[in-house]
Amino acid sequence: MTGRIYFDNAATSISKPQCVVDAVVYAMQNYGNSGRSACSQSLDASRVIYEAREKIADFFDVGNPRNVVFTSNATESLNIAINGILEKGDHVITTDLEHNSVLRPLYALEQEGVEVSFLHSDSKGSINYDDIKSLIKENTKAIITTHASNLTGNVIDIKCVGEIAHAENILYIVDASQTAGSLPISMRDMNIDILAFTGHKSLLGPQGIGGLCVADGIEIKPLKRGGSGVQSYSKEHPSEMPTRLEAGTLNSHGIAGLSSAISYITDIGIDNIHAKECELVKHFIDGISDIEGITIYGDFTGSHTPIVSVNWKDMESTELSDVLMEEYGIATRPGAHCAPRMHEALGTVEQGVVRFSFGYSNTIDEVDAAIQALKEICG
Amino acid sequence: MREKKPYFVVTYFTTAEAMATERLCKARGIEGRLISAPRSVTADCGIAWRSLPESKEIIKSALAEANIEVQGFYDLEL
Repeated sequence: MTGRIYFDNAATSISKPQCVVDAVVYAMQNYGNSGRSACSQSLDASRVIYEAREKIADFFDVGNPRNVVFTSNATESLNIAINGILEKGDHVITTDLEHNSVLRPLYALEQEGVEVSFLHSDSKGSINYDDIKSLIKENTKAIITTHASNLTGNVIDIKCVGEIAHAENILYIVDASQTAGSLPISMRDMNIDILAFTGHKSLLGPQGIGGLCVADGIEIKPLKRGGSGVQSYSKEHPSEMPTRLEAGTLNSHGIAGLSSAISYITDIGIDNIHAKECELVKHFIDGISDIEGITIYGDFTGSHTPIVSVNWKDMESTELSDVLMEEYGIATRPGAHCAPRMHEALGTVEQGVVRFSFGYSNTIDEVDAAIQALKEICG
Repeated sequence: MREKKPYFVVTYFTTAEAMATERLCKARGIEGRLISAPRSVTADCGIAWRSLPESKEIIKSALAEANIEVQGFYDLEL
């Protein structure tokens, strides 16, 4: 059976708004290469890109739109930020909740002399904010945290972490892969220095477009150098933002889609989106918590993204997910979720988990179908 | 619970090899489908190919001919 009901929005949202699809198609049929010419097709691409920078600067309260850099996804953004900030001899603090897009760049830098400390998670996937101060050392350059776990959906209080970081003059880098478009983020209010996001999850944009927002005065060493459309006779890549961190042709087709998606989300209201997602989560948990042998991971007492990860007894998560797909047409994600330390904390390294991740386009009826399916499979 | 049946399962180091297997098997009329790699054989996330046990030898030789790199072959009850 092909997927009728899609609950893998934390990986990629589908059912993109029609305005996003239309914007991408229009861009593909009309836009030239941004910044490479003053022909109207090139200028149209440059205009839509600049407008997107302005919208994103407003959306995340960045301040200056020139500090909005476009990348292909959050992984690229995080690689640029991590490799462009940390140097041999620096110390960095991160958490057990992180995705491999943070962990693997850090592990690579560890081999080159960067020290890495972890804020540990408890068995419900939560961290203790009081532990941060005890990890800070003289050479601590940055704190890097996700805004929310891609495995449990637990949200980190980034304003609290930002305050601690700034009081100690430490940079704060946030991975907003799981929250951009679903929870409000204000870089200035939350003391975030660098924010990495992707367009294809709760921002409802196309795959292949993401970004990096940088606070004024933060200098990131470029990861890529190349064509910029400006300063062509210089041997060095331009040092000015945003071109400093953008080399090669920008994805104006994807940016046009993302720009339209941000307008769509702004029109609906991010609080309304989050409220609907919370309703889906609550309905699902209420419906499955009395199934004998079910384990629901995470801490639902605080702020949460629309993720509910479960296991049933010792059934392999891959098997449960496969039955949901094949016999009920319900798409989930099983196994390991690129967050190895989180699995260790939850005790799910071997079994993995079945992750249900809801999105704004899902309905209560679809959640009811998943509840019924789990009751039948686990009955 | 779903009744378990015997299957021949192939795992890979990359998703690209799994997709190459699906394309190869479809072209040759070999039945089977892609599944999440069973946790009993690997804790790594990934996609595996699942066929009926009788296709085992034909798949092995087809994969070898097509130079598709394999992590492992398994006879499993799924």
